[in-house]
Amino acid sequence: MNLTLHVWRQSGPNQPGKLEQYDAKNVSPDQSFLEMLDEVNEELIKEGKDPIVFDHDCREGICGMCSQVINGVPHGGQERTTVCQLHMRNFNDGDTIYIEPWRALAFPIVKDLIVDRSGLEKIMQAGGYTSCHTGGVADGNAILVPKVDADYAMDAAECIGCGACVAACPNGSAMLYTSAKVAQLAALPQGKAEAAQRVCAMTDAMQEAGFGNCSNHYECQAACPKGINVKFIARLNREYQKSLFK
Amino acid sequence: MRILTSSVGRKILMSITGQLLILFILIHLIGNSTIFFGPNGINAYAEHLHSLPPLVWAFRLFMGAAIAVHICYGVMLTLENKAANPGAYAVKKNLKASFASENMIWTGLLVLAFIVYHLLQFTVHGTPDVVVGLDSANRPDVFRMVVTSFGNGLIALAYVFAMIMLFLHLSHGIPSFLQTMGWNNEKTIPAFGTGGKVISAVLMLAYISIPAVILAGLLKL
Ligand code: HEM
Ligand code: FES
Repeated sequence: MNLTLHVWRQSGPNQPGKLEQYDAKNVSPDQSFLEMLDEVNEELIKEGKDPIVFDHDCREGICGMCSQVINGVPHGGQERTTVCQLHMRNFNDGDTIYIEPWRALAFPIVKDLIVDRSGLEKIMQAGGYTSCHTGGVADGNAILVPKVDADYAMDAAECIGCGACVAACPNGSAMLYTSAKVAQLAALPQGKAEAAQRVCAMTDAMQEAGFGNCSNHYECQAACPKGINVKFIARLNREYQKSLFK
Repeated sequence: MRILTSSVGRKILMSITGQLLILFILIHLIGNSTIFFGPNGINAYAEHLHSLPPLVWAFRLFMGAAIAVHICYGVMLTLENKAANPGAYAVKKNLKASFASENMIWTGLLVLAFIVYHLLQFTVHGTPDVVVGLDSANRPDVFRMVVTSFGNGLIALAYVFAMIMLFLHLSHGIPSFLQTMGWNNEKTIPAFGTGGKVISAVLMLAYISIPAVILAGLLKL
């Protein structure tokens, strides 16, 4: 099939950028979206032009590097699918596709489709950990975790940190990302001890990194390639209230 | 005070003040519906309500403070959120956000404009349509005042419009305050979304019924 692409091109941070039109010819329905872009890039290189720069790494939906807003939806809108796992069979011959970078104040554009997501790292550094003494290896079952709690924590831990929630949010907020870590660790005995400091430190770091506030549009959950549920935001709100009395 | 500056803290203050305003709306509706019992209903209710001026003023100050906090943070959070999203997508498709959730600040400000007008009219008696007088029992004749004003189609229409704005504000506001308080889980999230819309619609229709019944000539002087 043949497609018309409109891709955001921007030579560097703070440079003006614009959508450029490209033709993707003879696209196989079995290709992934990134493989389709690889072929477009090969053509561009042959023509002596600058290839489209985009983030990617694992290409199997687990690393969270790929980050493109496709036709107005982060990762392209197929439920629970990253761009790298999105296949061209979801498109039709003759389609026009708009490809843009994540857009948020906290995600400055580095080049073309690559944005600087270190704001997410700053949130994680502020509290996305548990403190413990190192030393001899602890007995595996020394701390018992009920299965329901373990499952709940695992659901939250599914977040791959791609930032689609921020890209989708009308407020450029990273609340879903932050809440997933706050909820995961608060649900586990190892994380409970620091729950109050964590929720404050992480939400403050979110604010400082330039992310907006949550106003419960739930756009984030709809765009999340891992289906992280906004119930974790409710949990974060509860953890925050508990912290007020500590 | 961390709650006054933090992202989540300010949302909680918005949520609590929003809940107080909803509580007021419920009580106000019950009070207003005494109009269906005619002059003896609403005039007696109004007289009882104002029989203790210090209490009336304490209540007004409390509600004024709640709405002031709600507006201050509403404006502040909205400005921050607009700044955090440069909104530069050439194509952006919302999957979940609604007209109501995206326009909270505008429906809120229109409700505020209505509150100012409403107070100016029926509390201050400062608009030309208002007739003040006493009824046969020497009570302020609230019934005559309301029925006369709502007899004017334009005024009734303004009230209907304001109630539609309130409906939009609350159809997102009710599920939103529950989420902000953390009173939510995977099962309740969709249920509260629907419930919020239903409750807002019922409130809207109940409020609209007063000018509607008067315009239809079912409540007469
Ligand atoms: C009778 C009047 C009002 C009622 C009952 C009401 C109720 C509510 C409720 C319940 C919420 C949800 C709070 C939450 O998400 O936790 C809300 C949010 C909001 N209200 Fe109001 N409100 C009223 C008037 C106003 C006014 C006058 C404004 C004007 C600025 C306003 C602006 C907002 C905004 C911007 C939000 C969204 C805040 C956010 O999600 O970040 N509201 N309101
Ligand atoms: S490239 Fe790793 S998740 Fe897409």
